Amino acid sequence: MSLYSEKVMEHFRNPRNMGEIEDADGVGTVGNPVCGDLMTIYITVKDDRLEDIKFKTFGCAAAIATSSMITEMAKGMQLEEALRISRDDVAQGLEGLPPIKMHCSNLAAEALHKAIEDYRSRQ
Amino acid sequence: MIEVKRIYLDHAATTPADPQVVEAMQPYFSRRYGNPSSLHTLGAEAQEGLQKSREQVAQMLGTEPQCIVFTGSGTESDNLAIKGLAWHKKRGHVITSGIEHPAVLETCRHLEKNGFSVTYLPVDSQGLVNPEHVAQAIREDTILVSVMHANNEIGTIQPVKEIAAISHEHQVPVHTDAVQSVGKVPFTVDDLGVDLLSLSAHKIYGPKGVGALYVREGLKLQPLLHGGGHEKGLRSSTENVPGIVGLGTACELAGQRRDRDISHMRRLRDKLIAGALEIPRAYLNGHLQKRLPNNAHLRFTAIEGESLLLSLDEKGVAASTGSACSSKKLQASHVLLAMGLTEVEAHGSLRLTLGRGTTEEEIDYVLDILPPIVEKLRKMSPLWEA
Ligand code: FES
Repeated sequence: MSLYSEKVMEHFRNPRNMGEIEDADGVGTVGNPVCGDLMTIYITVKDDRLEDIKFKTFGCAAAIATSSMITEMAKGMQLEEALRISRDDVAQGLEGLPPIKMHCSNLAAEALHKAIEDYRSRQ
Repeated sequence: MIEVKRIYLDHAATTPADPQVVEAMQPYFSRRYGNPSSLHTLGAEAQEGLQKSREQVAQMLGTEPQCIVFTGSGTESDNLAIKGLAWHKKRGHVITSGIEHPAVLETCRHLEKNGFSVTYLPVDSQGLVNPEHVAQAIREDTILVSVMHANNEIGTIQPVKEIAAISHEHQVPVHTDAVQSVGKVPFTVDDLGVDLLSLSAHKIYGPKGVGALYVREGLKLQPLLHGGGHEKGLRSSTENVPGIVGLGTACELAGQRRDRDISHMRRLRDKLIAGALEIPRAYLNGHLQKRLPNNAHLRFTAIEGESLLLSLDEKGVAASTGSACSSKKLQASHVLLAMGLTEVEAHGSLRLTLGRGTTEEEIDYVLDILPPIVEKLRKMSPLWEA
C-alpha cells in the first residue's frame, strides 16, 4: 500500500514495546476525538528517566506505528526531554505521515505526556 | 520483497474485465472507430455496436431496448434518475433510505438544497427497509421513491418489489440502484416493478466508465447533459462505443452465468462466514439470508479495520472496511451506523466480497491467515480483555 512510508509499515508490522506494564509508575490513556480511537502508554521511571515504556493501541496503522515509534524514541530519556517530543518529531521519525493521518500522531505524544503527568502526580 | 499471492476479495468495489468482454470491445477502438451519429459506413458499424449492446442489456433486464439509456457510470445513472425526474417535476418530495450509496444520498441532499423535501427511511438492525415505512412516508406531493436493490457494504437485499407495489398504489414511480445485484440476484424489471433502474458495467466484469439506466416507457426525465441529443435527448455526448459494447457483452455473460455464479459464490461465501465466525467475538453484519451471495461482512471486537485491511493486504488479500480510520472523511460507515452499530463496533468491520473466479483454495487461505491477524491486533488493543 502506498499510503504509508516503508518505515510506518515496518513499525506497524513489528511494533516495538507493545504490551502492558503491570506495576507501571505512570499510565496515560487518550482517545482520538477525530475517529474515536484509543491509546494507552505505560511507563516506569528510575532516577527521573524512562526506564521502561510500553503501549497498547486500538487504531489505524498510523496510530500503531506512531505508538511504536514514540516508545522507541522516549525509552531511556529524561522526563523533561521526553515531554518535548512533539507529534512532528514522531512523524519525522517515521519518514512522514499522510496529512489525513497527522491527527493519529497527536495521540502518541499526548498519551506519553499524560503518563508522565500521572507519574508526577503520584510522587 | 517476497512475492505474495494476490487474492482479490473486493468484488463489490470493482471486478476484472472478462476476457470475452475485452475481446468484444477491441475492434471498436481503432477499426470500427466511427461516430454512431455519422451517416457513412463506419458510423453505421458503430451504431450497430450500440444497438446490439442495447438489446443485450434489455434482454438481461427482461425489457425492451428502447428503455435503455447508456450513461458514464452507475453514479450518473442514479443522478439522471433522481435529478432527471425531480427537475422535470420542478418540486415535491422524495423518499429514500439512509443506507443508499452516496450517488443517491448526495443527490437527494442536493435536491434538498434546491427546494425539494426528502425522507430518509431508517433500517432495522440487519439493514432492511420496512415497506410499511414507505407507506407511512408517502405524501400528496411525493414524486419518487428510490431504494437500492442490494446494499454495497453489507449486501442486504431490500424488499424492492413490496416497496414498488406500495408506491404504485399511490402512483409514485420507483427507482432502484441495482449496481450490486445485477448478475448476483435473478430479477427482471417487471419482477421488481420498478420504473427506473441503475446499473454499472465494471461491477459485472465489464469496463469502468460506463453504466446504464432503465427508464420505463412514458416516464419523463429532464436530461442532465444538453447538446447533440444522443440517447433520445437524455444524455448528449458522443457515445463511448467500446465501453458500451463491453457493457452489453458483460450483461449477456452475466445472464448466462448467473445461476452458476450464484451457487458457486454462495457455497464459498458460506464457508468463509462459518470459518470466520469461529474466531471469538466475531459477528456477521447484515441479514443472514437476504443478502448477496458473494458478500461476507464481518466485525471483530476491539480491533480497527484499517489495521486489519493492511495486515491482510500484506498477506496478499484485498478487502475493504467501514472503519472511520480508513475513510476520507474519518467517519464510520453511514450504513453500519444506520443499522445501530456504535462507532467502535463499526471500526472492526471487514467486507470480503467474492467473485466469479474466487476459488476454494483462496477461501481456505484467508481462513488460515485471518485468525492470527485478529489475535495479533487484539493483543495490541487496550479494548481487548482476553
Ligand atoms: S487512529 Fe483512526 S485514523 Fe488513525
